[in-house]
Amino acid sequence: MEMTQAILLTVATAATPLLIAAMGELVVERSGVLNLGVEGMMVMGAVTAFVVAQMTGSAWLGMVAAILAGAAFSLLFGFLTLTLVTNQVASGLALTILGLGVSAMIGESYVGLPGIRMEPIHIPGLSQLPLVGQFLFGQDPIFYLSILLTVGVSWFLFRTRAGLTLRAIGDNPGSAHALGAHVVRIRYLAVLFGGACAGLAGAQLSLVYVPQWVENMTAGRGWIALALVVFASWRPWRVLAGAYLFGAVTIGQLHAQALGLGLPSQFLSALPYLATILVLVLISRNRRSTMINTPASLGKPFVPDR
Amino acid sequence: MRIELVRRPQHSVLFSALSPLIALALTLVAGAILFALMGKPPLHGLYVYFVEPLTEVWSLHELMVKAAPLILIAAGLALCFRSNNWNIGAEGQFIAGAIAGSILPVMFPDFQSWAVLPLMLLMGMAGGAAYAGIPAFLKVRFNTNEILTSLMLVYVAQYFLDWIVRGPWRNPQGYNFPETRQFNDSAILPEIWSASGRAHWGIVLALVAAVVLWFVLSRTMKGFEVRVLGASPRAGRFAGFSAGKMTFFVFLVSGACAGLAGIAEVSGAIGQLRPSISPGYGFTAIIVAFLGRLNPLGIVAAGFVLALSYLGGEAAQVAIGISEKSARIFQGMILFFVLASDTLIHYRIRLIFSPKAKPAQEKS
Amino acid sequence: MRKMFLALAAAASVAFAGAAHAEEKLKVGFIYIGPPGDFGWTYQHDQGRKALEAALGDKVETTYLENVPEGADAERSIERLARAGNKLIFATSFGYMDAVMKVAKKFPDVKFEHATGYKTAENVSVYNSRFYEGRYIQGQIAAKMSKAGVAGYIASVPIPEVVQGINSFMLGAQSVNPDFKVKVVWVNSWFDPGKEADAAKALIDQGVDIITQHTDSTAAMQVAAERGIKAFGQASDMIKFGPTTQLTSIVDNWSPYYIERTKAVLDGTWKSQNVFHGMKEGFVVMAPYTNMPDDVKKMAEETQAKITSGAFKPFTGPIKKQDGSVWLKQGETADDAAILGMNFYVAGIDDKLPQ
Repeated sequence: MEMTQAILLTVATAATPLLIAAMGELVVERSGVLNLGVEGMMVMGAVTAFVVAQMTGSAWLGMVAAILAGAAFSLLFGFLTLTLVTNQVASGLALTILGLGVSAMIGESYVGLPGIRMEPIHIPGLSQLPLVGQFLFGQDPIFYLSILLTVGVSWFLFRTRAGLTLRAIGDNPGSAHALGAHVVRIRYLAVLFGGACAGLAGAQLSLVYVPQWVENMTAGRGWIALALVVFASWRPWRVLAGAYLFGAVTIGQLHAQALGLGLPSQFLSALPYLATILVLVLISRNRRSTMINTPASLGKPFVPDR
Repeated sequence: MRIELVRRPQHSVLFSALSPLIALALTLVAGAILFALMGKPPLHGLYVYFVEPLTEVWSLHELMVKAAPLILIAAGLALCFRSNNWNIGAEGQFIAGAIAGSILPVMFPDFQSWAVLPLMLLMGMAGGAAYAGIPAFLKVRFNTNEILTSLMLVYVAQYFLDWIVRGPWRNPQGYNFPETRQFNDSAILPEIWSASGRAHWGIVLALVAAVVLWFVLSRTMKGFEVRVLGASPRAGRFAGFSAGKMTFFVFLVSGACAGLAGIAEVSGAIGQLRPSISPGYGFTAIIVAFLGRLNPLGIVAAGFVLALSYLGGEAAQVAIGISEKSARIFQGMILFFVLASDTLIHYRIRLIFSPKAKPAQEKS
Repeated sequence: MRKMFLALAAAASVAFAGAAHAEEKLKVGFIYIGPPGDFGWTYQHDQGRKALEAALGDKVETTYLENVPEGADAERSIERLARAGNKLIFATSFGYMDAVMKVAKKFPDVKFEHATGYKTAENVSVYNSRFYEGRYIQGQIAAKMSKAGVAGYIASVPIPEVVQGINSFMLGAQSVNPDFKVKVVWVNSWFDPGKEADAAKALIDQGVDIITQHTDSTAAMQVAAERGIKAFGQASDMIKFGPTTQLTSIVDNWSPYYIERTKAVLDGTWKSQNVFHGMKEGFVVMAPYTNMPDDVKKMAEETQAKITSGAFKPFTGPIKKQDGSVWLKQGETADDAAILGMNFYVAGIDDKLPQ
């Protein structure tokens, strides 16, 4: 296998869960809701995928179950913040803590078992093409889902009427409501979508990335996904770029070590986070362009007046 | 069936008082169900979890050791959150404070005097504040989202601590293990009643800080500014308050609190710097802050409740073999229930059984 | 005087507990740094605990606390076990050292056993394992099996135990192929499957065709299996994660020690000690040599026999340090203090250690 393609594949595997989770959160935030519980929903997805795959022997069923589990778990957040209008930051954090605890409990008896891998697809001929064959035609199904998701979300948000409504709700729920939009209902749907995506991202971790279950196996990826949404100024294709950039820095630091550059490994390990901060600063420096894309009512609760 | 909220004309005093009790009751019920699901006797489980740790003196000491950093950090965070500044990186500021405060005992172990300890505490506060100043600066100057920068800086601080205790600050007599030299006696935050347990003066620092911050928040002009800017940035601007200055103020204060907690933990409870000095205090403190409803006095109570959940989790592991994971579930649940119950303060809840009405009709 | 009386009373009570109260079970406590299901470090300690229950089940009762962080919490957790009536407590991570010392002072009649530390007291023993002996054999196998002449080493955190392993692996490899190369990647964690998998992939992408690890998860083994190269397991026999991948694995075997020390408390002969055992005493066990030709297997078994009998020690001169200076002269062997505090690389390793 050519080295560039091998590295590209490794980066893709590292970037895919970030991309999926961030894409879900992007839709949530576009509707004006800030859900900091991505990490919790993701880890629930990871444990569900693993357990269901173990029980049924099918990675596909595991994946579907993870999507459902992520969505179901996000409903808890939706009920709190949308129906009971609680503080979104606090509710999101509670969701993360709860998710880490519950998943560790569910998965306790599944630690240390070899998992069921979701096999990469294989198209005779195309997969063996030089340079890009395997990258384009020989990856796991979730990779393709992540790309489809990016295309789909981009199309939905900017090319459909429903997408326009969603964005309007995120910017000004009051007027959207006055114009007849179901603010709370649409936000619920957005939150569910975000949960489903986070669940899928978790499934990628325990079915593709490392087919095994250990508690806390998301290891902060949910938070990185949140950072990516801001990084991308709420635009789907930039989320894709950001996820791959972050994946590249993460993998790059390991390569730098293997090459024996002699830098302290702690510094290299911290590099992805420092890079994220730097990029966030660069992106948000331009106040006006961020303002245009930021959902104006992000994080603010909405109660229809009666 | 639908649930509809009706805003109360003014917030309910009754539910202000009742809501924590409702949340507690719900948590206990949910806990009992959880224990039953695990096949453990529910009542005994709850007793071991929430009562037994309070029945022994040494355990009360441990409760204070555990609660001190949580209260200290959360009290500072309350100021931040009240003013709509989202500092999620207290864990990093805790570590930065611990490192800055350890400069004297690690690099100048021969400097032994009564002045060492106060200097250490001050340096810890300065370290935490300086580290919190980074996201504040980035927010004010570059409009960068502080939730994310402060969080990313946590990882950076952890790696820096890891590097410094394995590299330059490694104990020369320690077989090259990753830890600094043991602090000498003049650098140790003393125990309060060493005869009965190991609670150190960190808890006193925490209580003092909570009272001071409560006073600032509720009785001073600065506190008024915090509340106005938090409730309505527009109103704050009209009143002539600067949101940027406020961001710096609250970040520096909360950073200083977290830094103080860090050095107090290292100097009082551990006695040296090590690669891991905090089991996530900076994150748990966020729960504590909300559990205490962003009121420093409420936070004191909340800090003890959270500390109890840790101790209880451990006691339950020893006594009835309940997994320690249950502690985190309890923490998540109690926060959920408190948030949900607090809705009752501002809203009346109405259940509607009729078929769904169209939003246009809802408007009427 | 009072102290002496206390000590006497404590000694008497232990003797009493041992002799007269034979029907009352001895409580033995364990403190774990991770979950028992990590399939690595903690898993093996828990295997030791289970072996202890199996062997002396009618006389002992065991309890454990898992996921105990190495900060202020360690002291409380250890004290809780002591207060719960445990008379023998195994603290199974280096970072518990000072917490053990503090609690031991408060509970003179409780015996403490601390893994991989170096501080002892009247009622505190330390026990450590010469994992590096197994690494030497792995190095030899790697040098024989690798076509590329370069192995990837996934390292956790730079402490002497890990550095010993890297050096010993390198020395073993050099004994077969003096030009052998090792690429080291630090993941700065003992247990982070995602990162370990990434590290394994990065190493393979850079051309290594053998992976060895000093981290606890099975992720690297799974990646090696997926990419079709060979790998060594760590801490446990990881063969079920790579049936056609694992060459061998260094298995930490604590069972004999836990049983022996518990028996010593039961019959009142427990004494504080500082042990640093290896293959000879059964602390280090090699998983079956698999997926390799017979001549390699034979070489590995011969080396294992020589190390077990004491005829050969991996750290035997001539050995040069990374900077070219002489560490051990011809025929000279390293003493335990030098091994326990090792913080330099031997010649031939390109990585740099944080100083």
